[in-house]
Amino acid sequence: MAGDAGAFDRFVAHFRAKVFQYSWLMCGQREDAEEVAQDTLLKAFESFDQLREPERVRPWIFRIARNACLMKRRKSVFAPSRELSLDEFLPAMEREGGQVKLQIADWSGLPDQEMLRSELKGVLDKAIGELPETYKSVMLMRDVEELSTQETAHVLELSEDVVKTRLHRARLAVRQKLDSYLQSAGGVRVGTA
Amino acid sequence: MLEPHERSEKCKEMFSLLSEYLNMELPADACREMEAHISGCAPCVEFTESLKKTVELCREYEPEELPAPLGDAAREELLGAYRKMMATRTD
Repeated sequence: MAGDAGAFDRFVAHFRAKVFQYSWLMCGQREDAEEVAQDTLLKAFESFDQLREPERVRPWIFRIARNACLMKRRKSVFAPSRELSLDEFLPAMEREGGQVKLQIADWSGLPDQEMLRSELKGVLDKAIGELPETYKSVMLMRDVEELSTQETAHVLELSEDVVKTRLHRARLAVRQKLDSYLQSAGGVRVGTA
Repeated sequence: MLEPHERSEKCKEMFSLLSEYLNMELPADACREMEAHISGCAPCVEFTESLKKTVELCREYEPEELPAPLGDAAREELLGAYRKMMATRTD
């Protein structure tokens, strides 16, 4: 980080927003998220000499944020819980005329621009927001912030295998919600085997 | 409706490894095995595509909530810590 006011303002603006959004999704309270963002940046400046690899500043900041969230909640929102069974995310299947059919929405017509539509954005907001905390924290790091499996494991103090397990279940849960929305919006496509 | 035990064991195995497959985290032999199965299984193709699009949507996702503008006192507090950090680094 260069030692000028511009660098300071850019760093603060970028990470304050990122940490706030992560904390808001994890803590669910605006006031708590504002405080976590401020505490995280202060801690980052105070302990910057502990950052051994400057290119890994993002996972380092998120690890501080995650710990600040835990302090804020005074209990672990990341506490291990029973992993959800994969069977809960299998789409409905039925047998018809000797063929196994999968009930799934038609995802083929989902244009990239669809993301801009407020309705789908709202469904995604809700789907991510309603994830169990253990899954949400992993999905926010891996898919939203696009940290690696290794970096996410470091931030959340989990093994890489647990990160992979939870990420998969988080994605399946979000896919299931989006699929329900798409089925209600545009009908069902039935794949056959 | 099929009972769980009636589902194809291969489909279920694939289903459990799909994120690792999409993340290119599977060993090469497991990856080849999965691709061989998917190429001949229409439901698995559809499901894989839907999960892939889910991941794409999540990667484009930006939470709408933004923090309130940084107040003067909070900025001064951060700037003080930043200046102290920079002074330490140049000592």
